[in-house]
Amino acid sequence: MTMTVLTVDDSRTMREMLRLALAGEGYRVVQAEDGVHGLEVLANEDPTVIVTDINMPRMDGFAFIEEVRSDPRHRATPILVLTTESDAEKKARARMAGATGWIVKPFNPAKLVDAIRRVAA
Amino acid sequence: MDPLAAIRETFFQECEEQLAELEAGLLAMEEGDTDPETINAVFRAVHSIKGGAGAFSLEALIRFAHVFETAMDEMRSGRLAPSPDVLKTLLRAADVLADLVRAAHDGDPSDDARSAALVDELKALSPDAEDGEGGEEDWGDFEFTPVGAPDAAAPAGSGWRIAFKPRADLYAKANEAALVLRELGRLGEITVTLDAGALPLLPDLDPEAAYLAWTIDLAADVAETAVREVFEYVDGDCELDIRPLAAAGEPDSSEATPEAFAAAPTFDVAALIASVQSTAGGAASPDLPAQSPSADPSPTTPARKTEQAPAAAAAAGATIRVDLERVDRLIDLVGELVINQAMLSQRVMEAGFARASNVAMGLDELEQLTREIQDSVMAIRAQPVKSVFQRMPRLVREVAAMTGKPVRLITEGEGTEVDKTVIERLADPLTHMIRNAIDHGLESPEARAAAGKSAEGTVRLTAAHRSGRIVIEVADDGGGINRARVKAIAVERGLIAAEATLSDEEVDSLIFMPGFSTASEVSDISGRGVGMDVVRRSIQSLGGRISIASRPGLGSTFTMSLPLTLAVLDGMVVSVAGQTLVAPITAIVETLQPKPGDVHGLGGDARVIAIRDTYTPLIDVGLALGYRAESLPAGQGVALLIEGEGGARAAILVDAIQGQRQVVIKSLEANYGQVPGVAAATILGDGRVALILDIDTIVAVSRGADSTRAEKRKAAAG
Repeated sequence: MTMTVLTVDDSRTMREMLRLALAGEGYRVVQAEDGVHGLEVLANEDPTVIVTDINMPRMDGFAFIEEVRSDPRHRATPILVLTTESDAEKKARARMAGATGWIVKPFNPAKLVDAIRRVAA
Repeated sequence: MDPLAAIRETFFQECEEQLAELEAGLLAMEEGDTDPETINAVFRAVHSIKGGAGAFSLEALIRFAHVFETAMDEMRSGRLAPSPDVLKTLLRAADVLADLVRAAHDGDPSDDARSAALVDELKALSPDAEDGEGGEEDWGDFEFTPVGAPDAAAPAGSGWRIAFKPRADLYAKANEAALVLRELGRLGEITVTLDAGALPLLPDLDPEAAYLAWTIDLAADVAETAVREVFEYVDGDCELDIRPLAAAGEPDSSEATPEAFAAAPTFDVAALIASVQSTAGGAASPDLPAQSPSADPSPTTPARKTEQAPAAAAAAGATIRVDLERVDRLIDLVGELVINQAMLSQRVMEAGFARASNVAMGLDELEQLTREIQDSVMAIRAQPVKSVFQRMPRLVREVAAMTGKPVRLITEGEGTEVDKTVIERLADPLTHMIRNAIDHGLESPEARAAAGKSAEGTVRLTAAHRSGRIVIEVADDGGGINRARVKAIAVERGLIAAEATLSDEEVDSLIFMPGFSTASEVSDISGRGVGMDVVRRSIQSLGGRISIASRPGLGSTFTMSLPLTLAVLDGMVVSVAGQTLVAPITAIVETLQPKPGDVHGLGGDARVIAIRDTYTPLIDVGLALGYRAESLPAGQGVALLIEGEGGARAAILVDAIQGQRQVVIKSLEANYGQVPGVAAATILGDGRVALILDIDTIVAVSRGADSTRAEKRKAAAG
């Protein structure tokens, strides 16, 4: 079965990078531009994994994760946080919000797929 | 295109957007906007550029963006106040960042000295700021840093015993114990023992709680960091103990085989699922390692039918990117449609259909629709002038720094839309004019103080739509044109006779004349004039006009009026010596039928026409373009009073006016070549080609005012 990955990032470059990396590995990719958009997409999608940026306009990654976790439909969906910072505080906040894991940018496709494999069955 | 190269282009496009946002944010902060979201937007812009640069290993860009980002992070967290001095540094850093982006894009070497200087300044802003993990020096090493303990030497030839007891938090974050075990299994042979001792009786079972624990013996010669890395995501949400197997004792070979690891918990779990579902109404326990999240039979999850939901639409944004070529092809086709529609209308009229006939009325509707399609298609190419305007603050900063004059730039009407080509070709003239406004328009702070003005000069850049054109103004509050000086220079250069009597407007317009100034005069002239002829030519080549209004002591305003599109033109269709020609309506002030007594010869071919109180040169188009050898007799034909740049008027004489219509411009140069006096061509309703007049050139050439002027214009128009 094709696994679907929802990517949430305000950077078009990053969205395209993610799509390129994931589509090449056979994932189906759906995209959102920020947290609000991500929640809208989730209304019609049930992705296997969510990959989200943290700092985004309108709704940041932390709030987005909390919203996803409070939705019974997606509370068990693994969420990976994208971050350029290896900042411990960011990770801690993301985890507190309910993030499953993280991917440090810049990533290569192998690293990304590896991270997804680690959280998705 | 290689997909990565395409993304690289996307990155640089996005960089330009981020840079614009960055600058806009910093400028807003300079104006006193301290909204956290403004600061955050600036941070985000720098952050995004760094992130993308990282993906493409653009080292110089990454390093600089990192230091910039650190400073913005300090500001975001309130440790660095956005004082005017700090913002000045940040604005200059934004300029350097923009240069680095462009250097990276073009593969040019970056100005390392300049960025190094700014790096020092940025660091000085927040000396205590932590430079992030790894720092900028070893940025290359910034992928996936394990958060585990320092690397302990791997016990040779042995392995690890891992005690792993998840807490409920682990499952609440959608981590799965089974996946962690699977990852461990990738490191080497593992022996797993499940401790289900804490599992309560079913009535006491909390489906959200964690009861299971595992002991894993990993028989692999791997470093402890590699083992800890497996637990990276769950560290803190579980009890974890990792120690060398040698110290923990030999693995008990009587325990389950590695293959049993998958089977053992699954067995228990299958039973658990069954019992939990039957008793707890189907609520799934999170404590079920082998259960995949996608198979979660939670009652609130309506299975996975949503997989097929048409959410692709939701994921797409409200805008699409289209190849410009396709748009231009569409515009071309619509142009053909307009021409065809006009031809059809004409044929129908010729065929004798009544105005009220069904055919004619249907055609009217078609014409209406065609026009709407045309407008809509043109709108696709329209873009806000913002993209040009937003380059100006930086220019102002730089020129202000060079000249030592404090300048405030005010922009208005950034959202005004105009054709993309017009926008692209506006950048150079605008740059020129703004530079002039500061360099030559504004006085020194001392002179301003002496004149009772604020030390800070103001340059105002505005755009607005006015009667189907875009009007852009560059105004300064400087000293205005020094007319005596301008006149003296014009006389010195032989542009005007020493005894010439000129109105103020005419004097001001002298600065647009070629040869008025040269680059060497830049610093001498207290008035204006550096390269304004070049500016005027660029504006003219866009079908625009430029004029100046200046008030001594109060400043000068340059006004440019440009067509919204370069694809169509409102034209006056005229006949000249049996030819059908089109004159751009924007150039025409009024039309009149000269009476014989109004026209006076000046010797040779030169004639003037009396219009109300003034004499205006009268130019016979047929003569000017060589369609006839003799002028029309006085009193015949129709005169079109036209206004050139700078307000100079002339009247051009044609045989008759056929009507007004919008015509689709077809380049003559692309299909034939440059012809003086002819700007382009179009196809009329009857299918004939009509030339579109370049009125300014016709006037200039006919007046013989300056033959080099015509030559230059010709060169510039080419």
